[in-house]
Amino acid sequence: MAVPLSAYVIVSAVLFVTGLIGVLIRRNFIIVLMSVEIMLNAANINLVAFSHYLESMAGQIIALFVIAIAAGEAAVGLAIIIVVFRGKISTNVDEMNLLKW
Amino acid sequence: MFPLAAVLLNGLLGYRYSHEVAHRLAWGSVGLSFLCSIAVFIHTIQTGQAREVVAYKWIFGGDLTINLAFLIDPLSCIMLLVVTGVGFLIHLYSVGYMHGEEGFTRFFTYMNLFMVSMLLLVMGNNYVVLFIGWEGVGLCSYLLIGYYFDRVSAAKAATKAFVVNRIGDAGFLIAIFLVFVNFKTLDYTQVFAHASQLSTEMATAIALCLLIGAVGKSAQIPLYTWLPDAMEGPTPVSALIHAATMVTAGVYMIVRNHAIYDMAPMAMTTVAWVGGITALFAATIGLVQTDIKRVLAYSTVSQLGYMFLACGIGAYTAAIFHLMTHAFFKALLFLSAGSVIHALSGEQDIRKMGGLKNKIPWTHALFLIGTLAIAGIFPLSGFWSKDEILAHAFIHHQYVLYGMGAVGAFLTAFYMFRLTYLTFYGHSRMDHHTAAHVHESPTIMIGPLVALGVLAVVGGFPGVPPEAGWFHSFLHPVTAGGASGEEHVGISVILMLMGVATAIALLGWGLAHYLYAVRAEAAPELASRFPAIYRTLLHKYYVDEFFDLAIVEPLKQLGRVWDWFDRTVIDGVVRAVGQGAESGAAGSTWIEKHVIYAGLNVIGYGNHLAARSWRRLQSGMVHHYAGMIVAGLFILVHLILLWWTGALPMGLALR
Repeated sequence: MAVPLSAYVIVSAVLFVTGLIGVLIRRNFIIVLMSVEIMLNAANINLVAFSHYLESMAGQIIALFVIAIAAGEAAVGLAIIIVVFRGKISTNVDEMNLLKW
Repeated sequence: MFPLAAVLLNGLLGYRYSHEVAHRLAWGSVGLSFLCSIAVFIHTIQTGQAREVVAYKWIFGGDLTINLAFLIDPLSCIMLLVVTGVGFLIHLYSVGYMHGEEGFTRFFTYMNLFMVSMLLLVMGNNYVVLFIGWEGVGLCSYLLIGYYFDRVSAAKAATKAFVVNRIGDAGFLIAIFLVFVNFKTLDYTQVFAHASQLSTEMATAIALCLLIGAVGKSAQIPLYTWLPDAMEGPTPVSALIHAATMVTAGVYMIVRNHAIYDMAPMAMTTVAWVGGITALFAATIGLVQTDIKRVLAYSTVSQLGYMFLACGIGAYTAAIFHLMTHAFFKALLFLSAGSVIHALSGEQDIRKMGGLKNKIPWTHALFLIGTLAIAGIFPLSGFWSKDEILAHAFIHHQYVLYGMGAVGAFLTAFYMFRLTYLTFYGHSRMDHHTAAHVHESPTIMIGPLVALGVLAVVGGFPGVPPEAGWFHSFLHPVTAGGASGEEHVGISVILMLMGVATAIALLGWGLAHYLYAVRAEAAPELASRFPAIYRTLLHKYYVDEFFDLAIVEPLKQLGRVWDWFDRTVIDGVVRAVGQGAESGAAGSTWIEKHVIYAGLNVIGYGNHLAARSWRRLQSGMVHHYAGMIVAGLFILVHLILLWWTGALPMGLALR
């Protein structure tokens, strides 16, 4: 039974919005990071779905790239968390304003 | 068996110079390579053929392939034996001689480095390896002449040797280039196999360039002046480098390249004449020198002249034969002289010696053997080899060269016996302080001397009978094909020549005996009767002065001119440019300060003001940024949709 394209898109959209909301409202840095990963995976689902639909491999290849970049991003993000945690004993996002001018 | 020996040999070489070692390691390693040489030698006798061993490919590209490879044939065998054998004995001797000197380890390191270079030189199978060895021995020669580097004269002598050798090396390099251009290879075997295809002109050019190299290294006219000065080094060095081995490299090189020389009769003649003139010229200078080592140095130059003479008339075997016997007896003479100097606490002037015969009997006996050998008294080694060279000159109808050689032999006998008489006989002319300290050298010095003495006595027998001895048949594969074919000579002629040679030697001895032993006052009388000749000889024909005047001084003047030019003209221009740049820089500095900075300040201040109002936007909170990104994304997506469809999503029309 073929799953229609719209189903993929809907799942993807739901995941993306979940991730977006998580990024915007959660305070824990780790959960923020996880939400970002969710958003990336939503995009991946979209890519793979359209790749299948259009019978082109380009989308799947890009998905692989995204996964690789996500891994790198997670590593850097966790490293930042560890550094911040050592200094501030907290992983709350709203207690950090180091990016300020 | 053989590759193993070669590998062992090379392993030893590498092992040697990489360690700062004490003398045991030094002479031990040389001794081991001597044993290896004997093994190689025996192997070569048994098989009778040349072997090539490629250690590894070193440089290759285009037409050029250079291997670090070794060629072992009878010629290099003889050289190996001479170099390692004499080298070993001299190393042993040095242990006693250099005892307590400063830089003992340095000395042996240099000596070993020299041995390595010399072995490379004689074993290499192509010109590049030969050249590396060639330069290596030159370097070691420089280092060892300048061993007492705190003495100005030693440092100057070292520099002189190095610079004079450079002249020769330039010629040698040109020869190598020419060989490569003509043959597209630098391997001996291939070059010599194709040597007969050379045009006579090209062969002459190559041969003459090689000759320049050989003249520099082997101290022939006109580049011989460095060798007597090289006596500033320690005596074992003089024996090893400047008598027995390094200076014979030129002879070796010519014999090695005889295939090319055979193609160039003109070059051969040049070699013969250079040799003959040098033999005579240096012998006359040797007549009046008063420094024991300098007499020996001029005698070395003279003997090398004989070897060149032999090469030049195509008697390559005779040249190598003389090279070998000369290595024995000249090393013996030098080391005995060293022993004398040692006994006299560093005195080298023979005018302050005399009457040493009973005080240092061993040294005296050995020195006497060396003298007899070099003078060519039957049946010592020098007799056979020198006689063979002279016989060749005579047989090949080079009567002028024969005459020069014969007179040279007479002079040699004379000055060597003069040296002996002045040093060991007569009454003592030492001051009391030195006389009180005269002592025989330790066993470690006398031992090698005895070995060398035996060699100097028997070293000639491999070459007996003349022209048909074992030595000749052994070397025949290498030196065969000389330009002058073997001519059959009657035994009577040979005997006659031998008789003449012996008579000449005895005559020289007799004259020396008469002048320095029977009538001791005769020699100064003779000198005062011909003051001009005596002074000319004493100043070595003013050759050094001539070189100074003709070459060194003009070069110095040229240097001064260029110095002046540099200071006034070039420096002037440079300074002018500098001034211009400085004032230009000052101008632009002013402009920068007052114009550009002003403009920049205006812009900067404007930015500052603008930034203040927008600063609040940068809260530093990740949430705020994320929200802004989402908002921006939202707006962007809508704008793109509007662009594409002209309508906003959710059915809202913009218009």
